[in-house]
Amino acid sequence: MALLEIKNLTKSFRGLTAVNNVSFEVDEGEIVSLIGPNGAGKTTIFNCINQFFPLTAGDIIFRGKSIKGMKTYKICQLGIGRTFQVVKPLKRMTVLDNVTASSFCRINSIQDARRKAIEVLEFCNLLSEKDKLARSLPIGGRKRLEIARALATEPKLLLLDETAAGLNPSELDEAIDLIRRIRETGVSILMVEHIMKVVMTISDRIHAINFGQTIAEGTPEEVANNKAVIEAYLGEKHA
Amino acid sequence: MQRKTIFWGILGLIALGFPLVVRSPYYQHLVIISLMWVVIGSSWNLLAGYTGQVSFGHAIFFGVGAYTAGLFPTHLGLSAWWGMLAGGIISMLVALFVGWVCFRLRGPYFALATLAGGEIVRLIAINWESLTEGMVGILIIQSFKSKLPYYYIVLILAVASILVIDLIMKSKWGYYFVSIREDQDAAESMGINTTLYKNVSLLVSAFFTGMAGAFYMNYMAFIDPEVVFSLHFISIMAILVGIVGGVATIWGPAVGAFIMVGLQETFRSSLFGLAPKWISQAHALAFGLLVIFVIMYLPNGIVGDWATIKRVFMRTRRSAG
Repeated sequence: MALLEIKNLTKSFRGLTAVNNVSFEVDEGEIVSLIGPNGAGKTTIFNCINQFFPLTAGDIIFRGKSIKGMKTYKICQLGIGRTFQVVKPLKRMTVLDNVTASSFCRINSIQDARRKAIEVLEFCNLLSEKDKLARSLPIGGRKRLEIARALATEPKLLLLDETAAGLNPSELDEAIDLIRRIRETGVSILMVEHIMKVVMTISDRIHAINFGQTIAEGTPEEVANNKAVIEAYLGEKHA
Repeated sequence: MQRKTIFWGILGLIALGFPLVVRSPYYQHLVIISLMWVVIGSSWNLLAGYTGQVSFGHAIFFGVGAYTAGLFPTHLGLSAWWGMLAGGIISMLVALFVGWVCFRLRGPYFALATLAGGEIVRLIAINWESLTEGMVGILIIQSFKSKLPYYYIVLILAVASILVIDLIMKSKWGYYFVSIREDQDAAESMGINTTLYKNVSLLVSAFFTGMAGAFYMNYMAFIDPEVVFSLHFISIMAILVGIVGGVATIWGPAVGAFIMVGLQETFRSSLFGLAPKWISQAHALAFGLLVIFVIMYLPNGIVGDWATIKRVFMRTRRSAG
């Protein structure tokens, strides 16, 4: 049984259909990438999964149960963590407090929550920054803080929204390594990503969309050679 | 560590011994009112400073607490002291409704909704004469002639409110409140039921403010809607106490309370009779200038920017010497 099933997902904003009849699955332990040109509807799909937006039609099944219409915090408690493309650090809190706050999702005592937070920070290579205010972190640190905060809620599925965007080459390798290590802990990953180096090296499967519709699906090689994908990215004459 | 213990020991002794040493009822009264504002300011700070939900309507909870206490003798024939606990609880019930309506809105819209809420409740209190006696107000007989019992009661209330808020802020609730203030969407996706926890913060805040209101009824023995539901003297004063002392600090509102009550009294008494009478009319102007000064130079309040203040004084002393 798939961990997450997106079934005929449709989302319209008044007249504009941002996502149109998209279906795909994420299996246990898989890394699935969602790619597509700007405005294709990738982040909208994320916002539908964790119910920031109500769906127009279709259904989302997580571990065999529909999560349609649930509150965002409930979905996190069920085991779907997410990061934001436009990072949302809790600026006037320290890095440690940011992660401690989200550790409280599964833990009630402050000592245990702090211990958990330190564990997660170490995992994400952020431990040396733990006493800094979140607003003083550079973009690379903020992206890792997003991941740390999501991991502290002990998700089964992690939604990563452009974690690699804006990183320099060495940070990029670190990010790839981090995502791999997250998968090794048994967390499945669904990510939106533009940087092909990341997408091609770590995805098990890729789901490509354009104008809110599925244009290709398959392994990285299959998708990279797909005519519709090349057309969407590079224009007709390259296809 | 030891210096800290000595500091708190001395402060505790001053707090306990003050009314025994200073026998003047006038100064005792000023400190009693200041301590009452410590309670209200700290409560406002929990909701606005820590949780980020700026209330312009804390007079709702203060007034409801005061009227709850006042209704015990006038309608039930019981002592107004029953209102201390009841005032807190009834304020919480009112807060449930206020939260249900106002938390649909965020940021400045929430603030405006509470502002409107305060005015609505004031008008209800004026017009529901069978319950509140309307503009006639409620007059009761004070339980004590001496100010000492009132002093110690409000001291306990002030210390209790600060301790409870400090405990809350060091727990899961505190982390959740600050997360909500910093980013509501991020908080929600961290598994925090933001609606629930905003209401928790509001209820605790309303409870203590309601108790302060009930204390006011017992102490002053007279209330009317224009006093206890006043936008200017309660809702705005609560904000000033918080901002001047320092939002999102445990001791800020306590410091702010003494400064604001002191300032208010200085103007009301025309600089203790030294200045011409018209000065007393200028207190709103002085409050305004103070707020402008604090926001420009001490945006985190006196407690929040204490390090800055100390640095400035050290520098002037060094250049003088």
